Amino acid sequence: MNVGQLIFSTTFLATVIRMTTPILFAGLAGLIASQAGVMNLAVESIMLTSALAGVLISAWTGSAWIGLLGAVLIGIGMGFIIAYTAFTLHADMVLNGVAFNLMMTGGTMFLMYVATGQKGTSTGVPSKVLPTVSIPLLRDIPYVGEVLSGHNVLTYIAMAFTVLMFYFLFKTKLGLRIRMVGENPAAAESVGINSKKIKYLAMCLSGMFAAFGGAYMSMAYMSWFQNNITAGRGFIGMAASALGGNMPLGTLMASLLFGVADAVANTISSLNLPSELVSMLPYVITIIGLVYYSIYLGRKKAPSAKAGKGAKKEEEKTA
Amino acid sequence: MKKFKLDFNLIRTLIAIGIALLLALIIILLTSDEPWAAFGYFIAGPLRNPKRFANVIEAMLPLVFTGLSVSIIARTGVFNLASEGSLFIGGAVAALCGVLLPLPSVISPVVILLIGGLAGMLALLIPTLLRVKWNANEIVSSLMLNYVLYYLGTFLIRTFVRDPDSGYLQSTAFHAEADLPVIIPGTRIHAGAAVALICVVALYLFLFRSRLGYKIRMVGENPKFSFYSGIPYALSIFAAQAVAGFVCGLGGATEMLGMFDCYKWTGLPGYGWDGIIVATLARNNPAWVPLGAFFLAYMRVGADIMTRMTDVQNEVVSIIQGVVIILLVAESFLAGWKKRRTFKEATEGVQLEGGAKA
Repeated sequence: MNVGQLIFSTTFLATVIRMTTPILFAGLAGLIASQAGVMNLAVESIMLTSALAGVLISAWTGSAWIGLLGAVLIGIGMGFIIAYTAFTLHADMVLNGVAFNLMMTGGTMFLMYVATGQKGTSTGVPSKVLPTVSIPLLRDIPYVGEVLSGHNVLTYIAMAFTVLMFYFLFKTKLGLRIRMVGENPAAAESVGINSKKIKYLAMCLSGMFAAFGGAYMSMAYMSWFQNNITAGRGFIGMAASALGGNMPLGTLMASLLFGVADAVANTISSLNLPSELVSMLPYVITIIGLVYYSIYLGRKKAPSAKAGKGAKKEEEKTA
Repeated sequence: MKKFKLDFNLIRTLIAIGIALLLALIIILLTSDEPWAAFGYFIAGPLRNPKRFANVIEAMLPLVFTGLSVSIIARTGVFNLASEGSLFIGGAVAALCGVLLPLPSVISPVVILLIGGLAGMLALLIPTLLRVKWNANEIVSSLMLNYVLYYLGTFLIRTFVRDPDSGYLQSTAFHAEADLPVIIPGTRIHAGAAVALICVVALYLFLFRSRLGYKIRMVGENPKFSFYSGIPYALSIFAAQAVAGFVCGLGGATEMLGMFDCYKWTGLPGYGWDGIIVATLARNNPAWVPLGAFFLAYMRVGADIMTRMTDVQNEVVSIIQGVVIILLVAESFLAGWKKRRTFKEATEGVQLEGGAKA
């Protein structure tokens, strides 16, 4: 089979969607935090913890849905704890996030061993998997149906969240407040918005989205938990939101880009070509995209700064 | 006054470590059938025979390099997280040279270490450049760069020096001339220890006794002040991060030549992230970095011994690490106590409080 045939085959496109889902969740987690002016580096560890929580809780209760609920609650809880250390105990957000990541990479392995007596993977644990959805009408359309229908329910939830996120950020009062706090916390405070509270809320939401991504990894993408199952997808999600300008549609596009690259790397490595260069590509594109976006932002900001404070602008230029 | 500040930081660090160890003890008590034996192995295991103690020193070396690197990076205020990839590419390039460069014995490791250091330096400077020139977020770009460097290094190894007889990705053996010699017989402690020591002294002097070091500290602490006093911002940041990158690459290269006879890494080794722990423990002071690295390495070796001898998993260490860092970077931790101490220096037996009020 040649590469062209592979890329337009329905299985390949379906793989892209499968690969995109967890990155999109992580991207939404990064997006909502960034909109509130917070850099949540701990998306990775929240995903990891929730992935384990989903497996353990669904095995104990026998229900995939309760497992998902538990995972999401744990994710929100972690978001809250991180917010507490950052905004109440005044810990540096970057170091704080790194600390949580380091803690949970080993911590999840430890917890899994304590809870199940297993190391490495939880294959012996009777955990449940979330169902796939076959969409009536859509599934009957040739080609399109094969690509878009029959995915895990979380994939469709991710798409719905992306749309809802847009509505939430730009059409609701709370969304406006989150954006205000992110743009200018002092201005937001001056009109009576409690910026600390808003940041707490954004971190809890961020934890929730990350938890969905984690649950997808262990209860849909795979049917068990394994060490470092997220494999950096939390970081990639952060990059996706940065590359997408912290906008829902942009984040979706960036996530798709990563999904395509993942799927291509998978396919190419099965053809015995050097897959490293393909795997590297999305990260390179992210860096280039980020630079492009920063230049664009810089140009947009420059004229407005010129109007008022001359000295400050001069300083920014040198900085 | 200055003395109290130093004491305060030291006491604060010790209390954070104490709390984390206490937490570890509680976890072990809750999960183990033989908790006291396990805790004993964890705390005293590395001291019980010289070979294990040597293991601590071996494990400590790469942490010294990344700890130094992160200490300097953190001082610039541009939080570049590429230490991980920088160390990796330093090691991978050293492995390439170790296989491909036929050089005479003493010259070979020196040249390879320098090349590794340069590779690390170039890598680490990329996010810095993007930040200084275009204001691109250095955290995201450096995180992405770590992956780029990982795939790049793996690609280079696979393409040029892969050992075709091995089922795993590893290189053919390095030239014997490239090896860093063992300096303490009977252990694996290699000449990299001397390199690490030189780096500690050099970076301490650089940061606290040189003009450029002063500029770097000023730029990080108070960018506006340094701007108005005419300290070149971009130049200082670049110089600092170049040094940090060189040290990282050097660390990767010494680890590769000192501990291995061919390339065997199966992923990013994680030393860059560990460097953040070490630098936090050392309060970004090169002079304290060896102590921070020793603490971390000691804990890990102790935990490994504990895992081998009892039913407790060594991952308990990562919980300790996480708690220590969170307590140390949380400014409000013991802040109330510090305030009271500062105002009533004479008061004795002050009550400790985890000041969540600030």
